[in-house]
Amino acid sequence: MKAAHYWHCFVGIQTREWLRFWQQRTRFASALVRPLLWLVVFAAGFRAVLGISIIPPYQTYITYETYIAPGLCGMIILFNSMQGALSMVYDRELGSMRVLLMSPLPRPFLLVTKLLAMGVVSVGQVYVFLLLALLVDVEPPPWGYLAVLPALVLTSLMLGALGLLIATWIKQLENFAGVMNFVIFPMFFMSSALYPLWRMNEASPWLYWICQFNPFTHAVEAIRFSLYLEWSPVAYGITASVTVVLALLATAGFRPQRTKILGTKPA
Amino acid sequence: MTIEARNLSFRYGDKPVLREVSFTLTSGGFHALLGPNGAGKSTLFGLLTRLLALQQGDILMAGQSLKKQPAEAMRKIGVVFQQNALDLDLTVRQNLLYHAALHGLSRKEARVRGDRELTRFQLLERANEPVRKLNGGHRRRVEIARALLHEPSLLLLDEPTVGLDVASRRGLNDHVRMLCDSDGLTVLWATHLIEEVRPEDRVLILHEGKLLADGAGHDICEAEGTRDLAETFHTLTGAG
Repeated sequence: MKAAHYWHCFVGIQTREWLRFWQQRTRFASALVRPLLWLVVFAAGFRAVLGISIIPPYQTYITYETYIAPGLCGMIILFNSMQGALSMVYDRELGSMRVLLMSPLPRPFLLVTKLLAMGVVSVGQVYVFLLLALLVDVEPPPWGYLAVLPALVLTSLMLGALGLLIATWIKQLENFAGVMNFVIFPMFFMSSALYPLWRMNEASPWLYWICQFNPFTHAVEAIRFSLYLEWSPVAYGITASVTVVLALLATAGFRPQRTKILGTKPA
Repeated sequence: MTIEARNLSFRYGDKPVLREVSFTLTSGGFHALLGPNGAGKSTLFGLLTRLLALQQGDILMAGQSLKKQPAEAMRKIGVVFQQNALDLDLTVRQNLLYHAALHGLSRKEARVRGDRELTRFQLLERANEPVRKLNGGHRRRVEIARALLHEPSLLLLDEPTVGLDVASRRGLNDHVRMLCDSDGLTVLWATHLIEEVRPEDRVLILHEGKLLADGAGHDICEAEGTRDLAETFHTLTGAG
């Protein structure tokens, strides 16, 4: 197999994901309702309760909306990745996964490309969300929109790989409600998405440490710092390392017989 | 292309699904894989398509081991799955282009080959329609056209006529036989419908994971002392 084969395959998988996105654009638009509700309603209600001091990467006092916007970007990716990974091996995408796995190219390459393609669509949604967030005065510097791109792609890859790992290995969580209760919500709430971690530390040091060990926290911080043109090697480093480890585990351990891809569920 | 399955056994947990199955498919031939539901046909297809990892035994495609050179072997296989594996919202052509890309073909090359296959399957004028608008028989044809895009030597069809009416079933079966003759394609056609098999076909009968018969249909009938394949199938498997 030559490099050109890989390239054609890569482009083909990306193209298909965008075609599907275009076909299902209303569904994707409705997926934006959730983070917008958080941003407009939840943030308005909690603004006074929390009160935010000056914390990096921000230079001044900021509104609560501004604080949670990066966390909500992470939330969009979190929901999409989990839903996407689950549908890959359990429902909507079964046929397409069979076709994907018939490719003679190495399976890890196919799976990572597929996760990346799904991630790129999530990233598109994040940008639409950030544009809408301008309406509630969440205004990162213009270059921040570009600087945040690698963090968004990395986050989507990390969470996609996690989703694939869960979908292939944990049978009990094969429906989305299970994943929501045991993965999405804990990851989201035990992170810096909604509140700065020093606040968590005041309330409960052990919760603080759980949050610190949650890779989603670091993904959100990588998004936050790059959106405001600050460099956070720790957040980036941890997100990148966790991404590599999860991608390796998810692709190396991927077995179609542990999923419904074969068409019949093995007894 | 000759395909040789050597001593294949497979189990899900403690449950054996295939037991020491060995056979050879001859180049350019139409082979029928007959078996009642649960006989192990889909598992055998899973092994041939590498969706399942080999546990015991090996499969050789033109002498190349699926275990040792999976990529080379996979390039030679075209598959039509039991369940629909087309993206219903995408057009016929988009589906074909996606498959071609997965096999490393450039867009230009894929378009040429796709149009050639669609012409052959009399579907070219529907290339830009979403698959959802096609009837069951046409969808199956698109799946076969897609499976042939990368010019495989072996075409695997896992109960491809499920859900089709009698006329479409016959049309599809005739079409695939024609491909054997015109392209020298080796075909393995899994089914539980005896009427899709002709007495002169090479027939493999699988039951409870074991290969009970392997040979030309009329030879098997002669050996079993039965009038036709339906009776043979019934005698051997207690089904049908």
